[in-house]
Amino acid sequence: MSTRTVVISVLTQVAEDQQRTLAPLTDDLPLLESGLDSLCFAVAVARLEDELGVDPFSSDEQLQYPVTLRDFIEAYASLVR
Amino acid sequence: MSVSQDCLWSRLSAGGPLARRFLRAAAAGVVLSNLERASILGQRHKELRGRSVLIATDEQLTAALALIELDGIAGQLVLCPPGQSIEELRATAKEAHADAWIVDRADPDDIPTDLGRVLWCNHELKARVAPLERPESTEWVLLTSGTTGAAKLVSHSLSSLADPVQRPQPPTRGTTWGTCYDIRRYGGLQILLRALLGGGSLVLSDPVESVREFLTRAAASKVTHLTGTPSHWRRILMSGFGQLITPEYVRLSGEIADQQILDNLRTTYPAANIVHAFASTEAGLAFEVTDGLEGFPQDAVGQAGSGVEILVEDGAMLIRSARTASRYLNHDALPLRRDDGFVNTHDLVQLRDGRYHFVGRHGGVINIGGLKCHPEEIESVINRHPRVRMSLVKARKSPLLGSVVVAEVVLSIDGASTPSEGAREAIRREIMESCRRALSAHKVPATIRIVPSLEVAPSGKLRRPNA
Repeated sequence: MSTRTVVISVLTQVAEDQQRTLAPLTDDLPLLESGLDSLCFAVAVARLEDELGVDPFSSDEQLQYPVTLRDFIEAYASLVR
Repeated sequence: MSVSQDCLWSRLSAGGPLARRFLRAAAAGVVLSNLERASILGQRHKELRGRSVLIATDEQLTAALALIELDGIAGQLVLCPPGQSIEELRATAKEAHADAWIVDRADPDDIPTDLGRVLWCNHELKARVAPLERPESTEWVLLTSGTTGAAKLVSHSLSSLADPVQRPQPPTRGTTWGTCYDIRRYGGLQILLRALLGGGSLVLSDPVESVREFLTRAAASKVTHLTGTPSHWRRILMSGFGQLITPEYVRLSGEIADQQILDNLRTTYPAANIVHAFASTEAGLAFEVTDGLEGFPQDAVGQAGSGVEILVEDGAMLIRSARTASRYLNHDALPLRRDDGFVNTHDLVQLRDGRYHFVGRHGGVINIGGLKCHPEEIESVINRHPRVRMSLVKARKSPLLGSVVVAEVVLSIDGASTPSEGAREAIRREIMESCRRALSAHKVPATIRIVPSLEVAPSGKLRRPNA
């Protein structure tokens, strides 16, 4: 499965768990307009670490905040690749 | 002239001309000068003289206006945080011996009437005939979460909540504050009081509005000072709309501010003063750090005679100051202060390179987005599942996107067979479902891992990580 597929599947799962309606997941979608709040993203990051073995947002280096879905997927793809 | 103690209204009026100052929520706002001859209670404030009043409103603005109106009139003001169920409110009312309620919910019929007088109001002002007398020295009661899930009631006074610490606060007259906190919790109440007493105005956030909507409103009200937890600020930076505002002052408290968030805020708001503060409901406001670095300087500890004394004992930080709370009201509570006046924050600190850094909480208490979580409360829900032998709940930190709770679960042996992967998945789902039913969203574990065993200390207790 591609990183993108895993990320989308985890986000979909979190939305279901938290009973949120997910916006259509296009690359340009701003994360905070996806229907998920910041707690949902923290949950998704924890689950993605279990699935992919990496947490791109735990590095000590200064990181940019992901704003769009593309930023979020790219953060994982760059480490999993 | 009205007969008044030193009270919120007298201090607020002394803070500067009222006509240009306001309290503004998403749906409504109030210019402070209108409060001179009108209030949300009209003439009914008389019914609350000397009483213990539970402020249990849905709207923050109504709660703020009730505080302004009733400090000096009520004997006790019990400020209930949002989202309390009727059962929780009832338990709080009993512990506080409350004999009156202020509510604004659409259907007040579900408020128990056997626990005192119920006054319904909203943020709309009603004219008041006579000037108010405010002779009472009102006790302020805030709620904080306890180990069992039942709230702890923490006693403060206007002075312990609002008096400056260490040095005079910088003048803030004419400033407009904005806050992502709810003013019914300690962190938000601090900002409400700072804005009102310092001669400023305040823009309140609303949980239903988006970051963009809040920031647009904040910008329209010319907010100069914006405050929130590191989680609130992460949300603002992640929204991509952080540039809608250009604050002079950015303040973080309620959670550990790590270097990541401080650096990101510095990049986004290069001209702002970026300050992180340590405060808790019990220990009060202890200190503010202005150098843009995480942790706090070593020399802050052990300075006797200063406004706030900080001690580190067994790795935990203790605070003694005029800003600490005085006691818990709960009938079964332990003393809040030690005999020597110090309050144990249960926050663990570690000295590295001349600075103290926060490393977690004593007793495993977890901080999720500024809200305390006791692992035992979550474990007790998980342990109700018939197939669970024991469980451990801990924090999983992600510096950029915030902490969540995760659970490790040991299953009971059912005969000789190990459950299949399908059966384990079903158990995980059932546990998750029961957590969702019994706990608020931030307490539901993000992941549940089934593990063969958990480490138990010689005391027979689960070995818990310090976080």
